[in-house]
Amino acid sequence: MIIDHPLLGPRDSAEFTYKGDARLIDRPDPEKGATAHDFYDYGYLRDNPAGWHEELWFHEAGDRSWLVVTRNTLTHEISKVELARDVARSRGRSK
Amino acid sequence: MTPKNRLDGGQIDPAITHEFRFDGKSYTGHAGDTLASALLANGVRLMGRSFKYHRPRGVLTAGSEEPNALVELRSGARQEPNTRATTAELFDGLVAKSQNRIGSLRFDLMAVNDRFSNFLTAGFYYKTFMWPAAFWEKIYEPIIRKAAGLGSLSLLDDPDVYDKGFLHCDLLIVGAGPAGLSAALTAGRSGADVIIADEDFRMGGRLNSETFSLGDQSGADWAAATVAELAALPNVRVMNRTTIIGAFDHGIYGAVERVSDHLPTPLDGKPRQVLWRIYTKQTILAAGAIERPIAFENNDRPGIMLASALRTYANRYAVAADRRVAIFTNNDDGHRTAADLHAKGIKIAAVVDVRADAPRSHDFEVLHGQVIDTKGRHGLTFAEVRLESGDMRTLECGALGMAGGWNPNVHLTCHQRGRPAWNDALAAFVPGGVLPVGMTVAGAANGDMSTAGALRGGAEAAKRALGLKGKLPTLPEAEDAPVNITPFWYVEGCSRAWLDQQNDVTVKDVKLSHQEGYRSVEHLKRYTTLGMATDQGKTSNMGGLAIMAELAGKSIPEVGTTIFRPPYTPTSIGVLGGRARGQAFHPKRLTPSHTWATEQGAIFVEVGNWLRAQWFPRAGETTWRESVDREVLATRKSVGVCDVTTLGKVDVQGTDAAEFLNKIYCNGFAKLAVGRTRYGLMLREDGIAMDDGTAARLADDHFVVTTTTANALSVYRHMEFVRQCLYPDMDVQLISTTEAWAQYAVAGPNSRKVLEKLVDGDISNEAFPFMACANITVCGGLRARLFRISFSGELAYEIAVPTAYGDALIRKIMEAGAEYDITAYGTEALGVMRIEKGHAAGNELNGTTTAANLGMGRMVSKAKDSIGSVLSEREGLNRADDLRQVGIKPVDPADPVPAGAHLMKADGPVDAAHDQGYVTSACYSPNLGHSIALGFLKDGANRLGERMRLVSPLTGVNVDVEIVSAHFIDPEGERLRA
Amino acid sequence: MHDLKTVTALGGTTPRVDTFARVTIAENDGVALASVAARMGHEKTCHAALEKLLGAVPAVGRAVLHDPEAGFWMGPDQWMLGAPRATHELLADQLTALLGKAASVTEQTGAWVVFDITGPGMADLSERLCNVPIRRMQAGDVQRTVIHHMGCFVIRRQAEDHIRILGPRASAGSLHHALVEAAQSIA
Repeated sequence: MIIDHPLLGPRDSAEFTYKGDARLIDRPDPEKGATAHDFYDYGYLRDNPAGWHEELWFHEAGDRSWLVVTRNTLTHEISKVELARDVARSRGRSK
Repeated sequence: MTPKNRLDGGQIDPAITHEFRFDGKSYTGHAGDTLASALLANGVRLMGRSFKYHRPRGVLTAGSEEPNALVELRSGARQEPNTRATTAELFDGLVAKSQNRIGSLRFDLMAVNDRFSNFLTAGFYYKTFMWPAAFWEKIYEPIIRKAAGLGSLSLLDDPDVYDKGFLHCDLLIVGAGPAGLSAALTAGRSGADVIIADEDFRMGGRLNSETFSLGDQSGADWAAATVAELAALPNVRVMNRTTIIGAFDHGIYGAVERVSDHLPTPLDGKPRQVLWRIYTKQTILAAGAIERPIAFENNDRPGIMLASALRTYANRYAVAADRRVAIFTNNDDGHRTAADLHAKGIKIAAVVDVRADAPRSHDFEVLHGQVIDTKGRHGLTFAEVRLESGDMRTLECGALGMAGGWNPNVHLTCHQRGRPAWNDALAAFVPGGVLPVGMTVAGAANGDMSTAGALRGGAEAAKRALGLKGKLPTLPEAEDAPVNITPFWYVEGCSRAWLDQQNDVTVKDVKLSHQEGYRSVEHLKRYTTLGMATDQGKTSNMGGLAIMAELAGKSIPEVGTTIFRPPYTPTSIGVLGGRARGQAFHPKRLTPSHTWATEQGAIFVEVGNWLRAQWFPRAGETTWRESVDREVLATRKSVGVCDVTTLGKVDVQGTDAAEFLNKIYCNGFAKLAVGRTRYGLMLREDGIAMDDGTAARLADDHFVVTTTTANALSVYRHMEFVRQCLYPDMDVQLISTTEAWAQYAVAGPNSRKVLEKLVDGDISNEAFPFMACANITVCGGLRARLFRISFSGELAYEIAVPTAYGDALIRKIMEAGAEYDITAYGTEALGVMRIEKGHAAGNELNGTTTAANLGMGRMVSKAKDSIGSVLSEREGLNRADDLRQVGIKPVDPADPVPAGAHLMKADGPVDAAHDQGYVTSACYSPNLGHSIALGFLKDGANRLGERMRLVSPLTGVNVDVEIVSAHFIDPEGERLRA
Repeated sequence: MHDLKTVTALGGTTPRVDTFARVTIAENDGVALASVAARMGHEKTCHAALEKLLGAVPAVGRAVLHDPEAGFWMGPDQWMLGAPRATHELLADQLTALLGKAASVTEQTGAWVVFDITGPGMADLSERLCNVPIRRMQAGDVQRTVIHHMGCFVIRRQAEDHIRILGPRASAGSLHHALVEAAQSIA
């Protein structure tokens, strides 16, 4: 597959390491009252869709950016690639 | 002497003669021949025996779709089984053997299978070898393996090398026939980066096999001139002998270039083949079409082949398959073949056409009828024809061409779930469904069967693919005849009529499979093995489908088709492996002291990709244990040195560096003073221990973090995940420095004395206490880092210098330590000392253990949130009788305590239900004089002193042991702080 | 002054040179390297300092080339700076002094082996090694990639036939082996 890196352009997916569901960005915050159950949900309950999926890929053999890749697991079509850092910020993970 | 079936003309070079041997007999051929064409020229029709029935077989085709003429090519270590004689280029000295026979090819002892063919029909294996089970392994399988199967391996290492490579282009053109060449001309002249690849050694595809002219040139001459023009363009890469084996996601194609297959042996240093990974924006598939046979009784005799193959052998290779030939056809193309052969002086016995309205000829007889059977034990002698009138005719002929129509070569369009679509006019499947991204299909592969149509289609496809404006290039005038075909798949009433000649599947097998209830085309394929051989049924699938459709009373598109998968043609394991063989299987990582350690005679062990000194044998030492014991004792007594460069090192900087460490480690780092080092335990989010190491605070905003050797990569990745995805606005910067520094552990009571001779400055216990760290200089000014940390449990330091100085530093350390008998120690001694000290390592941090299991439960800070801290509190991970790390020693000092053995109550039952724990790390302690071990035991912290039984039923271990503290040596840690 | 002698990444006292018909592979032992990462909130200061130092801030996927090295982009707000080792042995210290709290500087000299590949066969050789689009790269283009499982930087230098490869120093031998085999392969 080719992942269109937001900074570097199209790169072979062989350069990346796969982590999984981009929901892993949404780590519960115990300092804001998150409970063990929230962590259970975060750690164990994932969707495994046959279709569009937001995934985390790490450009290990590249610029070491974590990316959020929106990919169709059936066709391998990739519709969107973002820097995970930007996604994390947009989801309110800034300090 | 000219071989008996050699004609004039063609694209061989009669000036260059090659001698070759087939089954021990010598023959000659010419440059430009394939093994198949050269054998036919010499009158050799019989080239092999069939897979199941051991029937005599010759060539069916003149291309890579060949199911029959598979030979063992070359000899010795280079012997390659199942090589298609139709694609093997002839070279001087070529040696080939027929395969799948016992005895000689003409009198194959296994041909008896043919007599028992009634028992060897579809589903034979499933039905026959059901019972008893033990018979399968002992009796049936060895017999079948001997009888069936194809060529044999040399069982020697492949002496050749294979390369991999990467190419990038705007447009990849697959196939260099009329469509591919006109596409390449259009694209190449536009300046786009073009790769045109063809599996053949001579580009031009059908233009080399046909007699049509293009403008005022022959097709072959036009092709040669076009290839020459393309090769001269700097933006076009012309790759012959290159098969596109697969269409992968997003415009990535696999290609195998046979660099040296046409040579006796590769030139020095050159690869045999190269596996290319081609990245392209657009692809034009111009792979042409493959003719299909017609099924009739005994249609597999040597001499019976595709009509187009007869044409190719005559026109391109100047070879008559036989001097007397018949054609059996259902379309006009069969007549073209007859005309071509006639023009070459070959006698046409007759053209048998199933159609009433077949074209007539003045040159040869055309019969309206069907070929219903053939004769000839080792090769065709007669064809029986039933005329439409009901009369019979016997044709004397040594070759018979089957012209059943053409299948567009849709193979690569299927590699990403594309499903071919039926075209009634062509009576064939054409590309359909979702094609691979960026792929367009042109020419015969797209159902555009005329030469003019292919030229036009290729040019238009290139224009479209590249978004070119303007007119098409001027294309030569060419034949533009329509397809005129009446579908005809098999002769009524035939049974031993071959569909798949490679897997020996007949019309009868397809009928039987239908009779037994197999309705899906995928089931038919697997039950009969139709199309499952190495040719993937390129010449056979359609016939099977058509018969199945007829039996089921459905149309062919209703039945559907099976799908083609990569690779397009069989691909050697060697080229897939590339250079990654033997010592080069993966890169090696050498430590900075490697040269020095080699000089000392060190024995090395692979740890990850690192080569680490395992121990340093000395003269007189006969076992590894002697060396290791000496290294351990010497270190604890005086001083030892060990290369610890392999530990992962990560530079963590930024104003939030301490806060960041607080997140990744379960214990606290915010209050760690500058100039101090702290042990850190990293948890996974589920509360299980992930890795451990130390973090040294060199400045308020600067830490150096170490990881275990094995986890260096994954921990770095995790740290980047935490930094970028969880805390994107923390001011922290990371970079690996694992290889930037050469780092040595200097351990033992005299370690300070040794280092004092090297370090510039005060490292007394007061100035540089336990867990201190600092940027220092050594040897009069070289920048270095010093950490007072200890894995061995002794007074110890780790000293680091820039890697290029690592070799010099180890020599300096040995020199400075000479007066203290400094001893180099390897990973074995390192392991012994850490077990003696009770330090957890990879065996204990094994992906199932928590901080509590490791006896570090109290380290998990409750004052802060860190990765894994919440889930580490889970009830299930905090039971009273949880596993705890303990030490284990044998009651009888002579007994071993092997790793992996399980702990049982001394007087309890020995079974899995009563398992109490297990041993993780074990060694012989030279300091204690007996074996010791670390392990996990239920409620272990409260069971010190308990006698238990250590068992390993698999290895017969049953030892009485005592549970002790994991700290066998210096439990109070006085040595560390000395 | 200390008396410790360096060895090259391939373990020699002098850099190794291998010459083939169409390509030369030369170990380059003369490059001092340090990484620079902008501190959060100090990006502008960091960029200004880099611009003053190099003439420009290396853009994504690009290097600012001087001889023997100058600087190239490694990741978001992170660069690798290079200088002659003979004159800049303490490059990291010098950069720290220059950049102060605007950036995190880390010495990288010892982490890398540097090979200069030159000659008319350079592109052919590169194609046998890694998936950089070598024939499309312009002088100053940099790509981090994998060569036989080793993470490397490939830098297209000023001369048309010159690339510089930075590879992991501990694997210098394996990388060199791969380069030599590829050179023989394309000979």
